[in-house]
Amino acid sequence: MDGFWSVLGGAFALVFALDPDLLEIIGLSMRVTLTAVFFACLIGLPLGAAVGVFRFPGRTLLTVALNALMGLPPVVVGLVVYLMLSASGPFGPLRLLYTPSAMIIAQMIIVTPIVAALTRQVVEDLNREYAEQFASLGVGALDRLLSLLWDARYSLLTVALAGFGRAVAEVGAVLIVGGNINHVTRVMTTTIALETSKGNLQLALALGVVLLAIAFTVTACVMALKASAVRAAYA
Amino acid sequence: MRDAGFDMPAAPSAPRQLLTPEPLLEARGLVFEASGQRLLNGVDVSIRKGSRTLVMGPNGAGKSLLLRLLHGLIQPQQGMISWQGQPLTKQVRQAQAMVFQRPVLLRRSVLANLKFALSVRGLRGSERARKIDDALAAAGLDHLAKRPARVLSGGEQQRLAVVRALACDPDLLFLDEPTANLDPASTAAIETLVLEANARGVTIVLVTHDTGQAHRLGEDVIFLQDGVVAETGSAHQVLNTPQSEPARAWHDGRLYLGPNTRTLAETSRRTF
Repeated sequence: MDGFWSVLGGAFALVFALDPDLLEIIGLSMRVTLTAVFFACLIGLPLGAAVGVFRFPGRTLLTVALNALMGLPPVVVGLVVYLMLSASGPFGPLRLLYTPSAMIIAQMIIVTPIVAALTRQVVEDLNREYAEQFASLGVGALDRLLSLLWDARYSLLTVALAGFGRAVAEVGAVLIVGGNINHVTRVMTTTIALETSKGNLQLALALGVVLLAIAFTVTACVMALKASAVRAAYA
Repeated sequence: MRDAGFDMPAAPSAPRQLLTPEPLLEARGLVFEASGQRLLNGVDVSIRKGSRTLVMGPNGAGKSLLLRLLHGLIQPQQGMISWQGQPLTKQVRQAQAMVFQRPVLLRRSVLANLKFALSVRGLRGSERARKIDDALAAAGLDHLAKRPARVLSGGEQQRLAVVRALACDPDLLFLDEPTANLDPASTAAIETLVLEANARGVTIVLVTHDTGQAHRLGEDVIFLQDGVVAETGSAHQVLNTPQSEPARAWHDGRLYLGPNTRTLAETSRRTF
C-alpha cells in the first residue's frame, strides 16, 4: 500500500513540476484528439443531420450502419489505416504512417460514426417538432439543415463531448498507426501503456491523473454551458 | 402600447361587403385516409377571397386535417385543391401562412424568429428590419425582442406566431385553434390581430371550438362532423339557425353522438 501512495505522490510531483516530457505528451494528445474531433464533427454533424431530416433510398440501411459503426473496434480501424498508409498501400506515397496525421485519421474514423449517429437522433427529434412550420414557411433543404443544427447546438455539444471522450481515451488505433515514437507520436494513452509495461508507474499514473482531469474539466465545461442554455430556455 | 387595448374583446363581426366574392381557395371531393380509416370523406369547401371562414366541429371531425390539406402540408388520396383556379403548388403555398395550435417557435430570440421567417421569404436589409419592427409593435412584443421566444407566456408566444405568419404578407392565413387554452385577454389580442389582418385584405380560415369566437369572427362557417361537411354557409345562418343535426346539437349545447348512436340520456335509461 505504501508503494501505491509513494507512486501517486511521485505522479502528482511530476504533474505539478510541469515536467517538459509530460507537457509535450499532453500537448500532442490534445492536438491529435481535438483535430480528430473537429474533422469528425465537420463530417458527422451534417451527415447525421441529413440522414435525420431527408428521406432517400437506403436511409434505413445507412442509419443501421451508422449505429453499428459506433462500436467500431479501434484496433481494426488502426489496422485498416495502417494498411492504407503503409508503403505498399494506396496512400503510401503520402508518407503519413507513424505521424500525428495518421493518428488523427484513425481517431477521426472512429469518432465520425459516433457523432453522425447521435446527431441523427437529436436532429430527427427536433425536425419532428419543426417540420410542419418549416414546410409552411417554405424553408429550403439547406436552410432547414442549418437551422436544425443551429437550434440543436447545445444538444450537439454533448454529441461532440461523446466523440471527444472516445478519442482521448483511445489507445489501440493510435498505437498501430502512430508507433508510439518518443517526441513524435507519443500520446497519453500509449505512454501509459508503455510506461506501465516498463515499470515506470509514476509517469503512467501522472498521465492517468491528467487524462482524468482533462475529461472531468471538459465534461464540466460542457455541462455548465448546457445548463446555462437550459436556464435561458434555448434547449 | 398595444397591451391595454388587448384587454378589450374583439367586436362582434358585422355583415360586410367582401372585396370580391370569387373563391380564393377551393377543394372538391377531398378524401384522406390513414391506418385504413377514412378521416375525410368527399369534403367540398370554398373559401371566398377576403373572407373570414371558420371551421367548426367536434374533436376528431377532421378540422385540423382539412387545414393541413388546404395548406398543402399533406396530400389527399382523392380530390383536388385549387388556388384561384390553379393547382396548389409549393409556389402557391408562399401566398399562404399557417399558425398552429401549439406555436412552433425556434429556439432563438423573438427577433431571430421573425428574422428567420422573413429571410426564408428572401427579405433582407432595411425592408426586413422595418417589417420586424412593425410585427413587434403589432404584437406588443417590442420590449421582449431579445428574449428567447420559448420563455414567453402562452399568449405572447401565440401573438409572436401570428405576427410572424403575417409578416410574410400572406393572401390567406390559416389558424388552427390559435386561442385554445388562452385567457380572455390573450384571446382578444389574437382576435384583434386577425381582424386587423383581415381588414387589410388577408383571407382568414380559422378552426375554433369557441362559439363566442365564432360569433365574433365568423363570416362563413364550415361545420364538419366525422370527416364530412355537415353544414356550410354564412356564420349568421349556421350559428343561429343551423339546418343539420350536428350543428343544431352544437347550437343547443347538446351532445351529438352520431345518427345511429343513442343519446347519453337513452343510454342511461337502458342501463339503470
